[in-house]
Amino acid sequence: MRHLLSVADLGVDGIEEVMRVTDSFVEVSGRAIPKVPALRGRTIVSLFYEESTRTRLSFETAAKRLSADTMNFSVSTSSVKKGESLRDTVQTIEAMGIDALVVRHGSAGVPWQVASWVDAAVINAGDGWHEHPTQALLDCYTIRQQHPARSLAGLHVAIVGDVKHSRVARSDVLAFALLGARVTLVAPPTLLPPSLEGWPVKVGHDLDNVLPDVDVVYLLRMQNERQTEALLPSLREYTAMYGLTRRRATLLPDDAIVMHPGPMNRGVEIAAEVADLPRSVITRQVANGVAVRMAVLFLMLAANPKEVAALDG
Amino acid sequence: MAELLIRGGTVVDATGVRRADVLVRDGRIAAVADGIDEPTGKKARTLDAGGCLVAPGLVDLHTHLRQPGREEAETVETGSRAAALGGYTEVVAMPNTEPAIDSAGVVREVLELGQGALCRVAVAGAISVGRAGERLAPIGEMAALGVRLFTDDGAGVQDGRLMRRAMEYASALPGIRLAQHCEDAALAAGGHMHEGEWSSRLGIPGVPAEAEEVMVMRDIALCRLTGAPVHFLHLSTAGSVALVRRAKAEGLRVTAEAAPHHLTLTHAECASYDPVFKVNPPLRAQSDVDAVRIACADGTIDAVATDHAPHELEAKEQSFDEAPPGMLGLETALPLALEALGAVGMSAADVLALLSWKPAAIAGFETAPIAEGAVADLCVVDADAAWVVDPSKSASRSRNTPYAGRKVTGRARHTILAGEPVVVDAEAQR
Repeated sequence: MRHLLSVADLGVDGIEEVMRVTDSFVEVSGRAIPKVPALRGRTIVSLFYEESTRTRLSFETAAKRLSADTMNFSVSTSSVKKGESLRDTVQTIEAMGIDALVVRHGSAGVPWQVASWVDAAVINAGDGWHEHPTQALLDCYTIRQQHPARSLAGLHVAIVGDVKHSRVARSDVLAFALLGARVTLVAPPTLLPPSLEGWPVKVGHDLDNVLPDVDVVYLLRMQNERQTEALLPSLREYTAMYGLTRRRATLLPDDAIVMHPGPMNRGVEIAAEVADLPRSVITRQVANGVAVRMAVLFLMLAANPKEVAALDG
Repeated sequence: MAELLIRGGTVVDATGVRRADVLVRDGRIAAVADGIDEPTGKKARTLDAGGCLVAPGLVDLHTHLRQPGREEAETVETGSRAAALGGYTEVVAMPNTEPAIDSAGVVREVLELGQGALCRVAVAGAISVGRAGERLAPIGEMAALGVRLFTDDGAGVQDGRLMRRAMEYASALPGIRLAQHCEDAALAAGGHMHEGEWSSRLGIPGVPAEAEEVMVMRDIALCRLTGAPVHFLHLSTAGSVALVRRAKAEGLRVTAEAAPHHLTLTHAECASYDPVFKVNPPLRAQSDVDAVRIACADGTIDAVATDHAPHELEAKEQSFDEAPPGMLGLETALPLALEALGAVGMSAADVLALLSWKPAAIAGFETAPIAEGAVADLCVVDADAAWVVDPSKSASRSRNTPYAGRKVTGRARHTILAGEPVVVDAEAQR
């Protein structure tokens, strides 16, 4: 794996490999000193053109637990403010001698452009509305962990909310479908992509009807500005029609789980009490995120990624 | 007495196709006949046109020369050189410069820059002051300097009332035609590529076909209301060409052009995220490409116009949504049109009509068949010449062609401007 730009690059085998390696890093994360020397001497740069707390911290934690050196590049403190172009910025950073770039950008496709300009490995940490592959990997891992069969095959996942603007949804749909899950998108038509041609999904608009039949309900973050763009009359109406309220949560089968990529708007797409139910695995997603990102970095940068067994502290 | 013989070609113009040599003397055509003797004067020259078509020079209704204001992307000098190499003897420079071509003063400036260029440079004037869509620009003053086309190209005139007034006002000025960049700004807002299957998958905000079509619809209605002619720039959707077809059947004074890229490329190209494929109107679906090709073949589309839109390298090294729209066109339009329209059964002569004398008539240029006495603006086309598009060899100051590395067939072998061979064997002569 040279770059990780899209879930589609991995394919089923690639995803399964990441899942297997993640198992080892979940074990490492549970140790008293959760650190291995696997990437000692490697340098990983986070290049974040968009504000992010959790993804950036998750990658940074993952890199440090692998003993890699990390550098942070954030737009607010950089020469980008002085008008430096994306290409110049990227090539300047690469000239310092780095091994991987973790790229987050508000515009779709930027990680592909960056990958075409540099020799370092590029990891897409979210590009516009397009993809967020490591989120999809950690979501797959979390679902497998919760289901005894440790497989997504045959599971029914409902993704609820603003699919149109969601890179998480695009990557999740790809990953879930690759692993054999059935996916239903539930959203008002204004928050669905204009075309779903070629998407392996069904679409519903009545959450009450969908919930009794799901194994996983995946709630997307609802942003305030969607009201001003005339995509919704109001957040209140959204909650009434598409929010996972306390009442709606009772419609879920007993073993169904609730997921959310964070940050949550409690009271909008998810009721506060529902977020705290045992069936909600939202903090588990965050914990798994570190292990999954360790696996990705390890597979991309380790001298011999076959030797996962030799992860001695 | 400067004489030029173009020997061995097949002459093609609005009157038809015939085997003939063409003798040019002092900038005008002196004879068209089979087997003209080679001129022997001191300043005489003979150009081989064996196996080639000899057509009136190509005319581009839609060129962005970027001057004044964006000289780092293109100048009148570099753009006209690219035009001549593409077979063009006349281009219409679009008014979205900085400042906009919205006054007699800027018109004069651009016309002066065009003096001595490798092709004739006409200008289109803006409809509204500063292309801001609020007040009428001095259309009459610009018309007095020879401006025939008026457009706010780069944007459509959003205010239907202003467009109506502009059409009513222009209807009193002989030979004046308003041209519209059809794009409803509200429907298109925030979009960077065609809205559909690919934009949805790629997560790039889309522009629906309807953003173009609602303005085509509105301006057809205004044409019916005012009686003033209107020209539709770069139509890109199946819906747009269907509307124009109906308007023409009704007898309305509408004309329309299509760009080579809308005849050859689809929105699937955007999957590379390379901003070289970003253009406005955007690359559409294959069904649109097919419909626009058919509209060229059935006479709905009157002209192939390049929408040559140079951008400096840095501008296209941004992300897809930050990069400006536009692609080069002058040096590749001829082979692309021949290829795309040949595929729907058009002969090379029919394609040349869309590239030459039909757009010339829309632009209000003097057009005459290739016959004694006519101005010798000619293009000698080798329709079988195969070559590979190499951006580094472009005469444009910019490099943003989406066809880099593409093998194309058909080339302007010689371009003759007022009797002067400005391009010979695909090389600029000055």
